This record gives sequence, structure tokens and C-alpha cells, in this order.
Amino acid sequence: MTDNLIIKERNISLKGQHQKLGDATEQLRILQEKEPGKSEHISFEKKLESSGLYPLKPTGIEIFQVNIGKMCNQTCKHCHVDAGPDRQEIMTKETMQLCLDVLTNNPELSTIDITGGAPEMNPYFKWFVEEIKKLDRHIIVRCNLTIILSNKKYNDLPQFYKKNQIEVVCSLPFYTQNRTDRQRGNGVFETSIKALKMLNDEGYGKEGSGLILNLVYNPAGAFLPPSQSALELEYKEALFKEYGISFNNLFTITNLPISRFLDYLIKSGNYEMYMEKLIAAYNPFAAANVMCRNTISVGWNGNLYDCDFNQMLELKINNERNHISNFKLDELNRRNIITGQHCFGCTAGAGSSCGGAVA
Amino acid sequence: MGNHYYNSEDLKKFGNVGELQKNLADKFFDYYGEVFKDSELTAREKSLIALAVAHAVQCPYCIDAYSSDAFEKGWSEAQMMEAVHVACAIRGGASLVHGVQMMNKVKEITM
Repeated sequence: MTDNLIIKERNISLKGQHQKLGDATEQLRILQEKEPGKSEHISFEKKLESSGLYPLKPTGIEIFQVNIGKMCNQTCKHCHVDAGPDRQEIMTKETMQLCLDVLTNNPELSTIDITGGAPEMNPYFKWFVEEIKKLDRHIIVRCNLTIILSNKKYNDLPQFYKKNQIEVVCSLPFYTQNRTDRQRGNGVFETSIKALKMLNDEGYGKEGSGLILNLVYNPAGAFLPPSQSALELEYKEALFKEYGISFNNLFTITNLPISRFLDYLIKSGNYEMYMEKLIAAYNPFAAANVMCRNTISVGWNGNLYDCDFNQMLELKINNERNHISNFKLDELNRRNIITGQHCFGCTAGAGSSCGGAVA
Repeated sequence: MGNHYYNSEDLKKFGNVGELQKNLADKFFDYYGEVFKDSELTAREKSLIALAVAHAVQCPYCIDAYSSDAFEKGWSEAQMMEAVHVACAIRGGASLVHGVQMMNKVKEITM
């Protein structure tokens, strides 16, 4: 079973188009520099200081997030990875083995969060998941849904997830076609609904099955997410009524002003307004609960980062041991977390993390 | 005053009205915050009502604020436009229903 709807929409990444914003240095320049004629924004570090949180320290790393490649079957407008079918950066089996060695030696790393791109496109994805499973850890896979129907070879993913008791976190930016397709491409909503039904058929998102299916909401534009709990109720009602689909939790995630979302903000003339909105909505409680305090992020080439966003900005952790080959948990737990203006995206309003709102 | 009576930057200064009368401003903003909380109506429903009322009172600040807020809260453009039509219908109807008064008056003074 394949779905060709989205294939027609394939675009290439900013990097593939050799655009300036495909380069992390350019993104950092825009985020850090005062634009001529514009008012200067307060620095994120100053805000953290006012909340007694600077320098930001880990609370104890429990989540090991691995980005196993930037290749994706989609080219979403808001993607902070600048992922797409043209991206070639893929984690090798050797680097995956280094990750497994780290996990074997550090049982405190109780949750393994696998992301991408579309992580399933890495040829060693299934092997990696099965090896982690042998270590008896909780595994999360961030699935874009359409990958399941993009090629016959991925049609068995729901069964594979079930067999390995994976928590599946799926992107569905809205419960209507219009808003979803605007962000993720024509035909994505329809294919996502089919994929969700396949997951439901395996028991995912069904009460008593123990198979967790969580959805992710992203704003389709230059605005912040609404209340997570209120939106979850609306999603549940709409998806069940229209399509008979059920799921466990909804995670609302704020778009950070980096990569393709930054490109959108600048091109649409919304950059200044969006930054002001994020800064005005700074919430010290959300800042105290940001995900980088209990997460370490591993890049496709084994480099270590404070989070997936710092990874895309190529801001390696503030420690000499910044590669999976010389991973040392106690040192990582003592490091200062690298922050920047993009971090306002995680501290605005109810906050934002890979697990949704934090405040 | 500058060259324009309305400036979108002024919306951010709404809170500054407390500089001249803090007590009343505090009371108003507390009340305002309370009104828009989830209660018998959801915050989402209230946002759409606010959008319609903003059009009825033709307040550009409110239209700016509640166009964003209603869209953020998940209302579609079509739903938002229907809400504007509700405001329009009530405003138009309010004029038209006074036509009955006109008819009454004319009846009163004619043979």
C-alpha cells in the first residue's frame, strides 16, 4: 500500500537550495544581531538570570534523544531540521553501536527518544530499535505518519512498533485538512488519517492496550499554541467523530525561530512580531522546566547537544566530551547548558518541549 | 497625536492606562482576565464572541487581538467570517428594526 499524494509535493531543503538560511551561522547571526531600525530584544540569558536560573544547569539527564538522520519524505514549512528527501545526513550503524554502548553503561538513561527527519528512513532503524529494546528501556519514536504509507516497505511499521512496545509520537498539526496541508504539504492530512487508522487497528491509542499513541500540534503560522488540555479535547472529539480515530495525549509544541520556520517568519514579515510575542510571553515556571535540563541530544554524526534545536544550530555542548564516543554522564550533568534567543520558544506561555507544554 | 488616530503599536500600551488611574485600571484588567477564562463558556468560545463584538464596535485594536486569538484557538477562517456576519446581521438588523418605529410614526401622523 502506497500513497502517492505527497510524493508530488516533494520540495528540497533550504540547504539543498543553497539558501543562506540553510547555514546555522546565518541563523544565529539573525537571532543574535540587532536589526537596523528595530528595537533591541532583551537577551534570553538576562531573562534566565531574573528567574534565578542562569547559568542553566541540568536537573539530571534521563532522556537520551537521538536524531538518526535528516532525510524525510516530507518538506514541512516549519521544519527546524530543514529535513527533506534530499538530505543525506544519516547515522551510521557504527555510531548507533556507540549509542548502545552508552546506554548499556548508563541505566539512568531510561527513555530513548528517536527522531529525525523520518527516523524510519535510516536503513538501520529497526535494528537500532530492537537492540535498545534488549536493554529494556522505554522507546519513543517520532513518526510523521505519512512515512507508513509512502512505500510498501514501511507498511508494517505499526506492527513493528507494537511488537517492540514503542510509544509513537505523531505529527498532526491540526484536526482539519486545511491547516495540516498548509504546513506539511498537499495530501498529508488524508494520508496521516489513513496511517492513524492503521495504528488504531493495531491497538494504538485504544484504552487498555498499553500502546501509547500521542499526537503533536504545531501552530500553522506565526502564533503560539493554545491551551494543551483544551485543544486535546477538541482533537479527540473531532478525530473520533469524523474518522473514528482515538489517541492518548496531545502535545502542543511552539515553533522555534530557526531554520525553515525562521525563513517563513522573515519572508512573511512576521519575524519581529513573533520574537516580541515569545519574549512577552516568557514564563519563569516554563523556564525552570525546559527539556534540556533532563535530556541529552545526539546528532546523526554522534555529536552531543543540549537539545534538538541547538543541534540544528550546530551549538555543541559546553564540554570537551562532546561526542558519543567520549560520553560521560556525570560530567554532562554538571555542564552549563548553552542558551540563545531561540530558547524563548521553549519558555513562552505554557512552555514547550518534545513532550508538549511544561507549565 | 501624529498623522493617524490609530497606531497598531498602541495596542501593546493598553496596560499603560493604569498610569493615570491605577485602581480602576487594575479592577478592569482583573475583571477582563476573569471574563476570558474557561467557565460556563470555554475560552475558545469567548474568543469567537469577542471577535464578533470587535467588529460590531469596529475597534481595530480588538480586531487585531481577536483575529490572532481566535485563529490560535483553532477557529477556521470560515468560522471567523461567519462570526463577523453575525455581528453584521445584528448591526444591520438593529438599523432595520427601527424601521418599525418609522412606520409607527408615519401611521400616527397620516390619515
